[in-house]
Parts: sequence; structure tokens; C-alpha cells
Amino acid sequence: MTTQAQQQAGSTPDLDASLLAVLAQGERPSRPSAVSAALTFGWRGLLKIKHVPEQLFDVTLTPILFTLMFTFIWGGAIEGSTGEYLQYILPGILVVTVTFTTVYSGVTMNTDLTKGVVDRFRSLPISRSAPLAGPLLADSCRYVLAALVGLAVGLVLGYDVDGGVLGVIGALAVLVVFALGLAWAFTALGLVMKTPQGVMNFGFTLIFPLTFMSSAFVDPETMPDGLQAIVEQNPFTRVVTATRGLLEGNASWDDIGIVLAFAALLTAIFAPLTIRLYRTKA
Amino acid sequence: MTKNDNLAIEATGLVKCFGETRAVDGLDLSVERGAVYGVLGPNGAGKTTTIKILTTLLRPDAGCARVMGHDVVEEGDAVRGLVSLTGQLASVDEDLTGKENLILLARLLGFSRSRAKSRAIELLEAFGLGDAVNRQVKNYSGGMRRRIDIAASMVVTPELMFLDEPTTGLDPRSRNQVWEIIRSLAGQGTTVLLTTQYLDEADQLAGRIAVVDHGKVIAEGTPGQLKASVGSGAVHVRLMGAERRDEAQQLLAEALAAPVHLEADPAALSARVDEPERTSHAMAELDRAGIEVAEFALGQPSLDEVFLALTGRPAEDQTDEQAEEFEEEEAAA
Repeated sequence: MTTQAQQQAGSTPDLDASLLAVLAQGERPSRPSAVSAALTFGWRGLLKIKHVPEQLFDVTLTPILFTLMFTFIWGGAIEGSTGEYLQYILPGILVVTVTFTTVYSGVTMNTDLTKGVVDRFRSLPISRSAPLAGPLLADSCRYVLAALVGLAVGLVLGYDVDGGVLGVIGALAVLVVFALGLAWAFTALGLVMKTPQGVMNFGFTLIFPLTFMSSAFVDPETMPDGLQAIVEQNPFTRVVTATRGLLEGNASWDDIGIVLAFAALLTAIFAPLTIRLYRTKA
Repeated sequence: MTKNDNLAIEATGLVKCFGETRAVDGLDLSVERGAVYGVLGPNGAGKTTTIKILTTLLRPDAGCARVMGHDVVEEGDAVRGLVSLTGQLASVDEDLTGKENLILLARLLGFSRSRAKSRAIELLEAFGLGDAVNRQVKNYSGGMRRRIDIAASMVVTPELMFLDEPTTGLDPRSRNQVWEIIRSLAGQGTTVLLTTQYLDEADQLAGRIAVVDHGKVIAEGTPGQLKASVGSGAVHVRLMGAERRDEAQQLLAEALAAPVHLEADPAALSARVDEPERTSHAMAELDRAGIEVAEFALGQPSLDEVFLALTGRPAEDQTDEQAEEFEEEEAAA
């Protein structure tokens, strides 16, 4: 690659004439709308997945490993049979793997900050929210992928989707909306922390207890009273309940509504904060 | 501050602190439209921070600045519409190809999908990157990266272009290409503000230069004025042998009418000269005395020499400020 690059530099371009031509055009199109700019940033996120497909490793591997490990290692001990436990945990695994994926929104933002490209974006005459909202489009694709991989493994192992296709679509929608709310929070974290590793460590330290202290893996009834109270108040328990309900075809609008409200709350707090942090970043 | 329509940049009393460090400390600047303006200073002098204030990336703690007639704090959006910034760090996405980067920026600037594509190709070809269109920028050489950085700033030809140390770390060939680009840019009417650590570079490109130290402008003028205030440069002499160096020192001191330093090399001497025409006389004196000379060079004053003349200390004294610049980055991170 190096030699190729050197050959490139070696072929002295006739800079002057063609350069003057491109400079002289003076074309000044009118500014794109905030939505159009955000879509362009979304396109950038998708291009990055295309060029760095490794970043999909975690997204696909985590749901596979989690589903297999939890079903076969804990299944017998917890529910007496792997089949029944799978039926219980699969929705929880989807919630946990999608939640893990949201941490990467912060990692991606932080990685961008260590390069000069953010200064370039910030010096452009574009909507202030577009560089932040846009990447969430590409992130949504990751959430859907993570959930679909987990669901596929579950189906292969014999998970019954009583909620049917509509239930699956509903569960995916709830998961994505919730994840987007959470992604704003992690993007804010990505703007505050010093290194991508820092975001990763801090993010997972936060996510691990929150997701495990929910109804994702174990029925809260079996927990000590004090813990049970905490688990029932944990927002992740609500997300698991809604996802489980949708997949099983017995979700209530209350279950879904509370998750959407929680996502809205996260967005209302962290979206303006994130946009402000991005703007005032040195 | 009065609004002056002839000025591309008009800054007074800019201050920006990062914790205890006053990165920019009462900086004044006025740059006329259509000019190439050089900001010269060592690492940590406040050059990058100044550029970040002028491109609205940082809000000054005190002072005010107008860029192309717009206040950088109050009318940031208008400023961003007229300027472009080529930062010191790679300012494109290294994971994307050259073409994708330029399409991305063209789309963000409002070009239609098809026009964005054709504009990207036009720019890549004009910058001699036609063969690297579909290669990821992380696989570009240093010179190619610099060119794509600059090309990215020209998707829409800006009225004012900021270039932060555009040639630092480049080989001489790539540096010449960047210089050529800057001259073309200026030639078609864009105002250019570039920062540099090299007097030579500022001299080559800029019509006026501001020397910055500790966040302040300590000297301002044309390259000629600046060099006149510093002295034209230094004479470096290396003798064929070291035996007669003391004798040579005496002869040169008389001929140049300036103190002559003995270098670490036992056969080398140097002197600052204010009147370059005396150097030929000095050369002749050495010849007459039969002292054989291996090398005789009249060099431009370096940044160090400029600093020595302006502040009484060399620029290297600011190495502790490099640490501060890291702190500044830290504070920013």
C-alpha cells in the first residue's frame, strides 16, 4: 500500500490549471434541511459499517453467545429444562443485547472526537442536531440486526412466538425506540469521556447491573424482598415486560406506553444536552 | 469595534483560558480581504485556539471578533457559511474513501446527489487524487491526506480559508504542492489565513505576518519589515580545517561588523548579519588570508532567530508550552 501511495504522490499533478477551474466555479447551493443533513450523516454511518464490518461482530456475536449460554448453562438449573428457560429469557436477551449495542453510539462519537473530522463538521453551516441525530439511523440498523440475530437463534432452538409477526414487529419497534433514547445518553457520555475505552468501560459498568437486576434472566419472585423491590422499579424490567408481552401476544398498552414514555424522557433530557455538548466542545 | 468592510478578520482583545493556561491572551488581528495572512509562532503560542475562535468552534472568554463582517459569537451561522477550516489533524473521515468524503460534505452543503458526485470527482482530479478516488483515506500518504483535507475545504469555494499548519510533517515535494494550492486559492480571490512554525513558509506565501507568542501578537508586518527588524539572516561558515578558526572569527567579526559565534562543530562559525552585502566582503577577506572555506551560506533567519530578536529568547524556550498544548487538548477532550 505504501509503495502505491508513494507512486501516487510521485505523479505530480498539473495542479494549477484544473485547480483554478474547480475553484472558479463559485457554486453555492442553498442549505439542506435538517432532515436531509441528518440523513446524510446516517449514510455516513452506513458507509462506516460497510468499510469496517468488524464493528458488526459484537452485534451479531453477543446475541448468539448469550442465547446459547444462558439456555444451556443456566436453563436446567433455573427452570428445570432448557426449553422452558429459553421461552422465559429470549425477550430478556433481546433487550440486553440491544442495550449493549447502544453503548457503541458513545464509543463511535468519542472515536470521532479524537480525529479532526468533528471540527470539520462543526465548522459547517448545517443544522446543529443533524450530526448527532444522523448516526442514530445507522445505529437503529444495528439494533434491529442484534435483535433479529437473537430471535433467529431462539427460533432455531425452539422458541415459540405466540405474538406472531405483528408481535415481532411490535417488539422490534419498542426495542429500537427505547435503544434510541438510551443512545442519546451514551452519546452524551461519549462527548464527556476522554477515550473510547473509557466510554466502553463506564458504559458497561452501568449497563451490567441495570440489565441483570431486571426480570430479563430470572423471575423477580425468586429474589430477596429488598432486591425484588428494586428490580420491579428498574426501567429495564418494564422494557423486558413489554418485549415479552409483545412476543407472547399478551402485551398491555400500559406496558408499552411506559417504555415509550421512558424513551421520551431519556431523549428529552439527553438530546438537548448532547447537542449542547457537541456545540461547545473545544 | 467599528465595522470595517475591507477586513476579512477583525479581532480585538481575544482571550481564551483553559484552566490556568491563558492560551490566547489579548490577541488583536486584522486581515484584509483577498490577502494571504500568516500567523507565525511556536507550538503552544495560541495559533490553533485563535483559529478555533475565528471559526466559531470556541467561544472567546473575552474580546470580540468579526469574520467577513459577522460577529463570531452572535452570528456564528453566517460565519460558518463563508469560511472553511482545514485543521491540523486529518479533517476528513479516514474510514471512508476520498470520493465518499467529498460527497458527504457536498451533500451537507446542499448539492444534489448527482452534482455532489460530480463535484467530488472534479475536486479529486484537480488535486491529483484521481487514482485514489475509491481508496480509504487511511491508506493515503501524508501528502495525499493533506490534499484531500484541503479539497474538502473547497467543496464550496470559501470566501475565507483557515489553514492550520498546512505543511507540518510534509516532505518538501508535498509541501510545494500545498504551497501551489494556496497560491491558486489566493489567486482567485479567497482570503487565506494560515498558521505556520516556519518563517520561510510565511515569507513564501503571506503578504503580511503576525508573530504570536504566549497568546499575543508580538510583531506584525510584511515579511520584509519583519525580516528587517530581525536582521536579514545568518551567515554559516565551515572551514576546511579547524586550526585557523580563531583567526577566521576575528576576520569575519571585522568584515561583518557583527559578533561571530563558534559552533559546536570545531570548524564552523556563524554570525547574524544585518547588511547582507557585507558577506561577500567577508568571503573575500577569508580568501585573502588564505583560510580555506568548505561551506559559506547565507540563510534566512529561522523562527528561533526571529524569536531571539523579538523576545530575547529562542522559541525552544517554550517546550514547556508543548506540554500545555497537550493539556489544552486534554481540557478539550
